[in-house]
Amino acid sequence: MSEAPLLEIENLHVRFNGERTVHAINGLNLRLQEGEMLGLLGESGSGKSVTLKTLLRLLPPKRAEIDGTIRVNGTDIMTLSGARLSAYRGGDVSMVFQEPALALDPVYTIGDQIAETVMRHKSVGRAEAREVALDMLTRVRIPSPERRLKNYPHEMSGGMRQRAMIALALACRPKLLLADEPTTALDATVQIQILLLLRELQREFGMSIIFVTHDIGVAVEISDRVAVMYAGNVVESGSTRDIIKDARHPYTRGLLAANLHGVDRGTRLDAIAGSPPSLETKPDVCSFAPRCTEAQPQCLRALPPFFAPSPGRQVACNLEEGHSPASNGLTAAPAIA
Amino acid sequence: MSKTEVLPHQADRGGPRQPLILAQNLKKHFPVRSGLLNRQTATVHAVDGVSFEVRKGETLGIVGESGCGKSTTARLLIGLTELDDGSVIFDGDILGSDISLKEMRRSVQMVFQDSYASLNPRLTIADSIAFGPKVQGLSDPKDRARDLMARVGLDPNRFAHRYPHELSGGQRQRVNIARALAMSPRLVILDEAVSALDKSVEAQVLNLLTELRKEFGLTYVFISHDLNVVRYISDRVLVMYLGEVVEVGPVEAIYAKQAHPYTVSLFAAMPSMDPDNRTEEPPLAGDPPNPIDPPSGCRFHTRCRFAEHVCRDKPPTLATFGENPDHLAACHLRDPSSGHSLAGKEVAA
Repeated sequence: MSEAPLLEIENLHVRFNGERTVHAINGLNLRLQEGEMLGLLGESGSGKSVTLKTLLRLLPPKRAEIDGTIRVNGTDIMTLSGARLSAYRGGDVSMVFQEPALALDPVYTIGDQIAETVMRHKSVGRAEAREVALDMLTRVRIPSPERRLKNYPHEMSGGMRQRAMIALALACRPKLLLADEPTTALDATVQIQILLLLRELQREFGMSIIFVTHDIGVAVEISDRVAVMYAGNVVESGSTRDIIKDARHPYTRGLLAANLHGVDRGTRLDAIAGSPPSLETKPDVCSFAPRCTEAQPQCLRALPPFFAPSPGRQVACNLEEGHSPASNGLTAAPAIA
Repeated sequence: MSKTEVLPHQADRGGPRQPLILAQNLKKHFPVRSGLLNRQTATVHAVDGVSFEVRKGETLGIVGESGCGKSTTARLLIGLTELDDGSVIFDGDILGSDISLKEMRRSVQMVFQDSYASLNPRLTIADSIAFGPKVQGLSDPKDRARDLMARVGLDPNRFAHRYPHELSGGQRQRVNIARALAMSPRLVILDEAVSALDKSVEAQVLNLLTELRKEFGLTYVFISHDLNVVRYISDRVLVMYLGEVVEVGPVEAIYAKQAHPYTVSLFAAMPSMDPDNRTEEPPLAGDPPNPIDPPSGCRFHTRCRFAEHVCRDKPPTLATFGENPDHLAACHLRDPSSGHSLAGKEVAA
């Protein structure tokens, strides 16, 4: 890890104020190397989508209180505004959403939407931008791309639309692609096509990807490294292999059991009891402790520190005590007050 | 729990060998209207000649991709959508002539995917659960509701007076399950009932469903797109594609060896859960075709790598596959007399 990371999130806090307060992100630390594919795994409300939206500065400034630093390629993106922010969005970092039918503009053709983005970011003419659009549709393996350029989003199937959105997101060759559950709304046989396509495009373009999902199977299929989020922070991270074969955090183990992969029919499932916290107050003890069967008194006294049971591994759980505390590595926790 | 058992279980009329539900040649076509005069311009072949049985005490899983007609099939079973053709026979009684829809609905209940949309927002939880028994004139609907709430893991003292919006998705789905059970049904249709829940909550609800099935002697029809969940909960599985049944059989038999090329692809599309052995080739290209204009012959022939002329011309019929007489598939490959060049041969589908 000698080279500077592409993305560095340090001690990020996001709080939503409104009718009720929600502490969505609580002290998140995350690093991403160039060309790395990170799976961000968590259930609804764990803060995975908020993390992506913060990264693109998409959160409403009036309602969202953001604290912490995010550096992309060395630039602190929290300081960006105006033209520089526009250049950053879609230029350096772009995003693919869960529902392409909602994310694409219904009144412009696919070709126009991609060309407009390219013209805006690369300051090229219309003809050249159309060339790029055609090239992108070919690269995302859309059949008869010339014809599809003139299609409106509603004329395409769900899988085709998602391919078109990936083409749009990658048209300006971003260094980082944020994918927010891009396959969740798709059928199983189409989902696997899109996952394999993203893997191929990553090899081709060399960008980094943060892939948000609630499906552990999807995370395994796409990522090099997995970070498991709970209550607005990462509770465990490591290589995909480590997480699958040797999950350490009780929450990760519960998620794996709940996947039902290889579970005997009709046997009682080792379900995690209860439900995730509402996050109306900022967590100052382990957020998972109330649902944890292995909770100890110390779990309810303070936030658990991060331990590093093996290189590249981070687990925020007191059960790992005895292993060396994580140095300021991949997802180190802030010092506990 | 005492009070819930006081309600008499509805009598088993046909005996153990009589299927609880016998669906024969179910058909449902929806008109597509468009234009100024709202004229019918096309027809969605949602369910096209589907036949199957639900045996007493079993869990029948129905799987397939969106648009394959699995939800429409469920709705046809309990008369939420009117049949165009075919018949539903409930424990030996033909629906509509031997048994009325209202009579049958006391015995068949349904739980839907969207836990919020399926509850009345102006009724408290307890009132929602008690509503059905009250309408059917059963005694003590309120006490019954409280008993059932306790049974599905919601403390009646804390939850009885709450409204649906005050509950989490998992809690609301528990309410929907309690409401279905309030009628002491014999069959519960679960239409993607756990799909919208988080994985950790889904496991809790699956445990609950397994317990309730044993306790109340229920039969389930379990509709889902998640093959892991279906394998966990079902005894038999029905695979649908574009409004037709392509394969049906015991869960062990189908999960061990799939007969229909579509089922093979569907299973191959499941994430591998093994980082050292990831999927390298997508099992199928493209999206499922539109049910508005389904392909001729075998509806899967446009995406099937074994398709030949016969597949385009002639629709295959369900026939037994392998050693298990319960395992059926509708594919010309499995029928030696179909005229398919690979028919009856062992192909690595």
